[in-house]
Amino acid sequence: MAQTIPDLRNPQPIRNRKKPLPFPFNVWQSAIGRKWIMALTGVGLLGFVIAHMIGNFHVLEGPAKFHEYAEVLRDLGGGIIPRMWLLWILRLGLIAMFGLHIAAAYTTKEISRKASDGANFMDGQKSYPGGRDYVAANYASRTMRWTGPIILLYLIFHLADLTWGLLPHTNYVKGDPYNNLSTSLGNLPVAIIYIAANIALALHIFHGTWSLFQSLGLNNPKYNNARKGLAAGLAGVILLGNLSFPILTQVGVIDNDKNECAQFTEQAENTECFEELLSHGGE
Amino acid sequence: MSENNINITLDVWRQDGPADKGRFETYEAKEISTDSSFLEMLDVVNERLIDDEKMPITFESDCREGICGTCSLMINGQAHGPNKGQATCQLHMRTFKNGDHITVEPFRAKSFPIIKDLAVSRAAMDKIQHAGGYITVSTGSAPDANLTPVPKEAADMAFDAAACIGCGACVAACPNSAAQLFTSAKVQHLNLLPQGQSERWMRVEQMVDTMEDYFGTCTNHGECYEACPKEISLDFIAFMNRDYVKAKIKNRKLAGQN
Repeated sequence: MAQTIPDLRNPQPIRNRKKPLPFPFNVWQSAIGRKWIMALTGVGLLGFVIAHMIGNFHVLEGPAKFHEYAEVLRDLGGGIIPRMWLLWILRLGLIAMFGLHIAAAYTTKEISRKASDGANFMDGQKSYPGGRDYVAANYASRTMRWTGPIILLYLIFHLADLTWGLLPHTNYVKGDPYNNLSTSLGNLPVAIIYIAANIALALHIFHGTWSLFQSLGLNNPKYNNARKGLAAGLAGVILLGNLSFPILTQVGVIDNDKNECAQFTEQAENTECFEELLSHGGE
Repeated sequence: MSENNINITLDVWRQDGPADKGRFETYEAKEISTDSSFLEMLDVVNERLIDDEKMPITFESDCREGICGTCSLMINGQAHGPNKGQATCQLHMRTFKNGDHITVEPFRAKSFPIIKDLAVSRAAMDKIQHAGGYITVSTGSAPDANLTPVPKEAADMAFDAAACIGCGACVAACPNSAAQLFTSAKVQHLNLLPQGQSERWMRVEQMVDTMEDYFGTCTNHGECYEACPKEISLDFIAFMNRDYVKAKIKNRKLAGQN
């Protein structure tokens, strides 16, 4: 009968409070600070998603222009910063933002788990055994913890597919993004993966965009009513933009048959071929 | 009279003590007046249980007019029942139909240990209040009226925040068991007023840090606002987040230079 009876006047804290670190590390020590970091990195990642989508519309201008866009990215800061340097600085920034975003999400989720499951629930149950009726929480907000990992898995797949060329379904040619994109998305199963993942991304962005205003404390009655609309609009535009690539490939608007340099499989050769094409187009 | 009576079935959480295992028990509540409040309905059920020599259902209540924050109850999965801006004591049985099946549970969170049946200890919320829910004023003779001018907007906002009765519905309704709405109301109620300025940054830091000792993190679902009997706005959570990070950034050795 050595049952422990909880002290009802002094409930057991769910964490051991640590000594405060100097700024800015003390921001990370609190959940509100982590939500702040999650929101800031979310804004950065949202910027990347938008820039990535807009840049990808170059694919509609044909293989040569798409190749040129890829080259411009490598030459960012052209003339001042050595080739590939700025691109790598941006990439490292993105990786850092992803890392912080995921770490903040995981650790705050763990805090909430500790705060909500406990001895006063029925054995093995984490929530109300009698059921809970959600009023405000929508599908997007309740699935943030699922759409997040889905996006991470999709990101790894996407990098392996079109950046590293590790997957067998594409005829991967370094330096010919049009060839890679059109042969990859030309596969129906791959196109379906892209479509499903982008729906998850749009749901994540919908709740994230609304939520970040709250987390950052950007609250002003003048524009509060516009926040849900902004979130829906942004998620909608990103969804339509990103879905257009697999769909246009499936219907044949983006097709590797339109790629005049498809026969070259070496980076140097197809670069030469594309530059030849571009110089004719410029006349 | 009889046409205003309804018969309902209750599934009530029964738990003998803090360390005991709980279970649902089903009660038939017959001939309940639709004019009675939910708590009065439970009183009637309890009277009948006592007549049958059974243990009555323990639940908390005090003022029964929606201003004390003592009553709780998760009714059909919603804190304080289905109506917006009402505490359980203000919920009337006319909200329900004859033959309804109603599930009644206590407010649940790790930091809300169950005392017995439907009564939970909300002492963790008192800990948050102790950490900074006060102001420093000089005692003595009463100050002159209007000695400290308060802008109308600030007074209105502070009043809206002060409407929080500390019932814990926000924690119960939150999927993360977060007490953000309660804490933000208590922080902002004083932070918005000139009388609360001297402890402003200390208050938000200490109250939030204490909140995080006991409760979960906010994911901005907005369930708390829907459950709140006083309809405390989610805006206060944003204001609290802003003040908290500001407090972390501020170097209070430069006090008075902000």
